Amino acid sequence: MKRHLLEAADLDRDDATLVLDTAAQIEQALAGREVKKLPTLRGRTVVNLFYEDSTRTRISFELAAKRLSADVINFSAKGSSVSKGESLKDTALTLEAMGADGVVVRHSASGAPHRLANWVRGSVVNAGDGTHEHPTQALLDAYTIRHRLGRLDGVRVTIVGDVLHSRVARSNVVLLQTLGAEVTLVAPPTLLPVGVGSWPAEVGYDLDAVLPKSDVVMMLRVQGERMNASFFPSAREYSRRYGLDARRMAALPDDAIVMHPGPMNRGMEIAAEVADSVRSTIVEQVANGVSVRMAVLYLLLGGAAQ
Amino acid sequence: MTTHLIKGARPLGGDAVDILVEDGRIAAIGDSLAATGAEVVEAGGLIALPGLVDLHTHLREPGREDAETVETGSRAAALGGFTAVHAMANTDPVADTAGVVEQVWRLGQEAGLVDVVPVGAVTVGLKGERLAELGAMADSAARVRVFSDDGHCVSDPALMRRALEYVKAFDGVVAQHAEEPRLTVGAQMHEGDRSARLGLTGWPAAAEEAIIARDVLLAEHVGARLHLCHVSTAGSVEILRWAKSRGVQVTAEVTPHHLLLTDACAESYDPVFKVNPPLRTEADIEALRAGLADGTIDAVGTDHAPHAVEDKESEWAQARPGMLGLEQALSVVIETMVEPGRLDWAGVADRMSVRPAQIGRLAEHGRPIAPGEPANLVLLDPGTRATVDPAALASRSRNSPYAGRELPGRVVATFLRGIATVLDGKATR
Repeated sequence: MKRHLLEAADLDRDDATLVLDTAAQIEQALAGREVKKLPTLRGRTVVNLFYEDSTRTRISFELAAKRLSADVINFSAKGSSVSKGESLKDTALTLEAMGADGVVVRHSASGAPHRLANWVRGSVVNAGDGTHEHPTQALLDAYTIRHRLGRLDGVRVTIVGDVLHSRVARSNVVLLQTLGAEVTLVAPPTLLPVGVGSWPAEVGYDLDAVLPKSDVVMMLRVQGERMNASFFPSAREYSRRYGLDARRMAALPDDAIVMHPGPMNRGMEIAAEVADSVRSTIVEQVANGVSVRMAVLYLLLGGAAQ
Repeated sequence: MTTHLIKGARPLGGDAVDILVEDGRIAAIGDSLAATGAEVVEAGGLIALPGLVDLHTHLREPGREDAETVETGSRAAALGGFTAVHAMANTDPVADTAGVVEQVWRLGQEAGLVDVVPVGAVTVGLKGERLAELGAMADSAARVRVFSDDGHCVSDPALMRRALEYVKAFDGVVAQHAEEPRLTVGAQMHEGDRSARLGLTGWPAAAEEAIIARDVLLAEHVGARLHLCHVSTAGSVEILRWAKSRGVQVTAEVTPHHLLLTDACAESYDPVFKVNPPLRTEADIEALRAGLADGTIDAVGTDHAPHAVEDKESEWAQARPGMLGLEQALSVVIETMVEPGRLDWAGVADRMSVRPAQIGRLAEHGRPIAPGEPANLVLLDPGTRATVDPAALASRSRNSPYAGRELPGRVVATFLRGIATVLDGKATR
């Protein structure tokens, strides 16, 4: 494995499989235990550096690090020196001086984790950067698919929604391709990036045509504000053309699953009855997120002290 | 004033001759010239070109003297072989009055390393709302002929039309920064395969081409001169070629970095490669080189844009756009145009001195190397290759996109009206 996890392309097939297998082992090791904690990262320090509000991702990483017995510091941009204008580099040097072994970073600017990796000696884990990537989300999605369907090779995954602004979509396209799945992107053309044709994915505009050929449907969050910038005419029209409701869900093959990285806009991209159905893996994804992030931290930081 | 005898230089790459420089002018050219008391400059094997002229330089003074001053930028220019640079108007305060352009002009005179020719803003405060006092700037001591809101596009078509018309009265030219603002909101890099993958908001080629297409039509309609700053796309070259074939009075420049670097540089997320317009694709580079070779693109303009460390050592989106260019411009042109055989030395002189001087209406620059002409000259060794070290640059800033890159060509000497501003590769003051 590389020293940092900045984007899904940092993982080749062996690395990605190792992360998923390690997550499965960790889950097994903890199953039925009263104390859900492993001593693996005792004495190591993990900093959660969050420049963007993201309670669920931060908590997931925090829990993962704590279950590995690491010391965890939460460094939120709000109310810290960052809000007083400290630069990313100065923050990085501060963390470096404090001896952080791992830095988990969430940032609104694409590429911020790449910059950070130039300035710290510890491992950097990208917890979502701008509209670029969110590699641990893709790992937990892959883990969830493999767990539910028993395989990834040849699985047909349809990703629906605001691909243009989605770091989840970018990471998933790359990682799923690495792991042998077939990805189809479905969105209004305004929400697909120019250049999407170079991605290892099929592209379509018609959700109904793709659903019968999908083993997995992954719905992306669509922000209502997008309609103010004319990406689509109205929330209602978006929902009608690209939302997943019960009628559309019925068009899926019998064992197909429905995923969503959260937080959901119920009634917009996904109907409540779909989100709460047995096909939905949404709650499972959250649980798997902790196991997968434990695996990532373990594999990046768990080796002999460097 | 020192008399210089330049021995064995090759004007425009031709046969070796001696050049006698006296009283700011070329006094004689011939074999085995002798002059008592003259300072001899051994120039065996060196190429002699007319001093280079830059249509597009940011000197940052007044306002951001921490990034560059007229003096440090002038020194960088002289070391790059320039004898005249046009200083863009986006200073603080903006160069939109006779007072500010005269201040910049005077600072240039005091530095005495190149002729600093101020560019005047087209609109008050670069706001794109109403015309600045263009005539007052033209009539000032700075004798402004080039007007530009560079950094901003004059996007209002009616205002652009009026500006084009108005400057005809004093033979001025509007230099347009072609960027349709609504199509580039939040834009960070060229829009294409790489921006899609990197998650950086795209700057579409069409945003440049749409303005260029509009403005060549306006220039044709009102019969005015139009200059286009830093054209960066294959489509822009095509529109230019079409406009020139119709006889539109349009000229254009390309930057060194758009001749050499592609949007692949953004993959590092290192903002030293963030620039406006953004680095484009291989296909665009090829079209720009072809356009410069056949004269569709008239000039190389550096868009030398110094930035302080803190404005570049940051996240990509937070960083300011722009890169240094003065000291490596000639090297990049040798690498991309001369060595591949697309431009000979006469061609380099034409695109980097003669035509930019004509566009800026600088009578004393871009002249032939001939007796009686002003002694604005550069001597260069085209064979030497060296690795660019930002710390060694004369600019006050360090944001060179060529750091660590090996480039050909070394400026050995530069003469401004007979005064050596650079000798033996070092600035004389």
